[in-house]
Amino acid sequence: MTEVLRRLIGPWRRSLQLRVVTSTVALGVLAISLLGAYLFQQVANGLTDDRVRTARAESQVLAARAQSTFDSSAASADTAEFNNVAGQAVVALAPPANDTTRYVVFTRALDNTAAIRLDTVLTGGLRNSPVPLSLREAVRTDPDRQQITIIDLERSSLVSEPSSASWTRPDLPAVVIGQQVQASTAGPYDLYFIYPMDREQATLDLVQRLFLIGGVLLVTLLGAVAWLVTRQIVNPVRRAAGVAERLAAGHLNERMRAKGADDLALLGKSFNDMADHLQSQIRQLEDLSRVQQVFVSDVSHELRTPLTTIRMAADLMYDQRGDLAPALGRSVELLHDQLDRFEALLADLLEISRFDAGAAALELDQVDLGALATRVVSGVETLAERRGTVLIIDAPGKSVLAEADARRVERVVRNLVVNAIEHGEGRPVIIRVAQNTTAAAIAVRDHGVGLRPGESSLVFNRFWRADPARARTTGGTGLGLAISLEDARLHDGWLQAWGEPSQGSVFRLTLPRTAGIPIEESPLPLAPLPVDADATTRLRPVRLLEAP
Amino acid sequence: MMSRIVIWESEWFSVKGRVLIVDDDLALAEMLGIVLRGEGLDVIHVADGSAAIGAFQDHRPDLILLDVMLPGMDGISVCKRIRAESGVPIVMLTARTDTVDVVVGLESGADDYVVKPFKPAELIARVRARLRRGDDNEPERLEIGDLAIDVAGHSVTREGSQISLTPLEFDLLVALARKPWQVYTREVLLEQVWGYRHAGDTRLVNVHVQRLRSKIEHDPEDPKIVVTVRGVGYKAGTGG
Repeated sequence: MTEVLRRLIGPWRRSLQLRVVTSTVALGVLAISLLGAYLFQQVANGLTDDRVRTARAESQVLAARAQSTFDSSAASADTAEFNNVAGQAVVALAPPANDTTRYVVFTRALDNTAAIRLDTVLTGGLRNSPVPLSLREAVRTDPDRQQITIIDLERSSLVSEPSSASWTRPDLPAVVIGQQVQASTAGPYDLYFIYPMDREQATLDLVQRLFLIGGVLLVTLLGAVAWLVTRQIVNPVRRAAGVAERLAAGHLNERMRAKGADDLALLGKSFNDMADHLQSQIRQLEDLSRVQQVFVSDVSHELRTPLTTIRMAADLMYDQRGDLAPALGRSVELLHDQLDRFEALLADLLEISRFDAGAAALELDQVDLGALATRVVSGVETLAERRGTVLIIDAPGKSVLAEADARRVERVVRNLVVNAIEHGEGRPVIIRVAQNTTAAAIAVRDHGVGLRPGESSLVFNRFWRADPARARTTGGTGLGLAISLEDARLHDGWLQAWGEPSQGSVFRLTLPRTAGIPIEESPLPLAPLPVDADATTRLRPVRLLEAP
Repeated sequence: MMSRIVIWESEWFSVKGRVLIVDDDLALAEMLGIVLRGEGLDVIHVADGSAAIGAFQDHRPDLILLDVMLPGMDGISVCKRIRAESGVPIVMLTARTDTVDVVVGLESGADDYVVKPFKPAELIARVRARLRRGDDNEPERLEIGDLAIDVAGHSVTREGSQISLTPLEFDLLVALARKPWQVYTREVLLEQVWGYRHAGDTRLVNVHVQRLRSKIEHDPEDPKIVVTVRGVGYKAGTGG
């Protein structure tokens, strides 16, 4: 039961079952109401027609009896006497006092112009005449035939309460039949028989109650059936969804139960076929990835060993280049430099393919980004001095800790700082370190040529160059920022760039302080504040490296 | 199996040590020989792993340069076998920088590693750093926790019983014990113990600290002698 309740309360949108059951019940209520109303009307009409038929037959007999009484009683000159006789004749038409099946009203016809006037007679405790004027008019218009109408007989028009059970409502439908009798010298008089339909009403009330109970039961049954049927459909679908989720979560051996030959079994089979297919595809990709990793590793080893020999030989020659002929000496220098470049390129390529193969793994530790920045700055001291660049670290007094791979983060920061020095045109480079509750960040700001619009996302592309026409002067491989971006991603961190032409650029690395807890916001702005122009005077230089 | 052992006679001057090169690449081995010989070192070469153990036992080198990928027996196994009987400095030559490969190499007992392609100067610096130790030991006794260290005698004892450490582990322990009040960053330890002049691989420190702890701590899971200072590095503990 709680299950049903939960489903009913649960959001309409989420449960197909709830929707089906609700719409089935709604449609059922509508159909049963329409059908019930129609049937009820038919029963009511049948009952009324029946009553009218018996009433007409009975009233015809009674009216004839009254007419013959009037005919046989010789016209008396004495009005009072005649009045008395007429009254008795009318009362005789009514049933005994405690019988409420019939009331009689005897009244002068509307178009009677005779001089003698008889009293109007109401039988059976009628307080006033419930006969509508329209019926009286009809009797006047067509006096030779019985005129019939159905009225609502009001309880207030009765002197005594009838005992019948159906007299619980303020009014009750009643058949009224009117006809004319000739009261000899007194002229035409209307004789009305009123038949309250209390029995018919009681029957109708019973039928209505039965219809209501039946309708409620039917709707409940309909809802239950809909619930059962949808459950048979929805449960396998839900199971399929569950299996699909587990598949997506990496449990590739999950399968649906697919027994029988019905549509659901077909669904199960198709689903399992899909899962088999997916599984084999994934296995294939995993194999490919493994092959790729092994290949990368092998290439690495195979290339590096001869390269080491070449490198050592070249270094040996390079150390003694002074003893060589000038052309040979210069050749050795070129060989030496290009070997450096080749090595860097090879290392970066292998690193990138390691990322591509998904073989890169994090070695997490608590890393102090401030200390790391200081370390990086002292490592690039020589380069900064050669370029005449001042390096400034702006870090809080306390340590800025993040759970990160020190080797990778240091590589990223060194790369950013070297880039800033190389593109900073000798102007100061500021390295900011900060933290907030979820993240720690390092931003490297240079004041060099900056970036053109749109370039801030292109810089992370492999082998991207700001100006392809510009001669390559620096030793970069073109993969540095791409690798840095991969390193940042591996940490679930951000690496973003900002730049304006001739305003310089900012590269910001944001790392989660605790692995697995997402960054909400970087503690450092990406774009520099407008006051940044005199930032160098505002900053507290932790380490200041002046060009000599 | 015939082991191919080549011995280059050292130059007549300045023999400072004997290096065993275990590498299957003959060109690289020869080049290494030329460079090391140029530094005045004696060089022995074997080309496969299974011959390395025999060559080590026959020649008792002062240092071993060990390629990780070898025919016969791989470098990791060779390293474990040699480490089982000697604390001789082992420098691995590896073409892989993946964390797993490096850590496995270090955990098998190597003191240091050089990634191919390396510069001759870099290799020589590492080799010198590993050979240099023991040159200038003056009598000195240190205490760290419940351990007694005899620096000149290269021995560590706990309640009179000797604890066997490799020379590198010994150096690491001595560095920490000499200044028990100081917290050493991994970088400083790399410089002092391994002789790195520039930033090196801090994984070296981590792995060796683990190895040292497994030998000297009562409970390596809850170290008391070599204590981690989160976010900074290591320091000597009270040993309690």
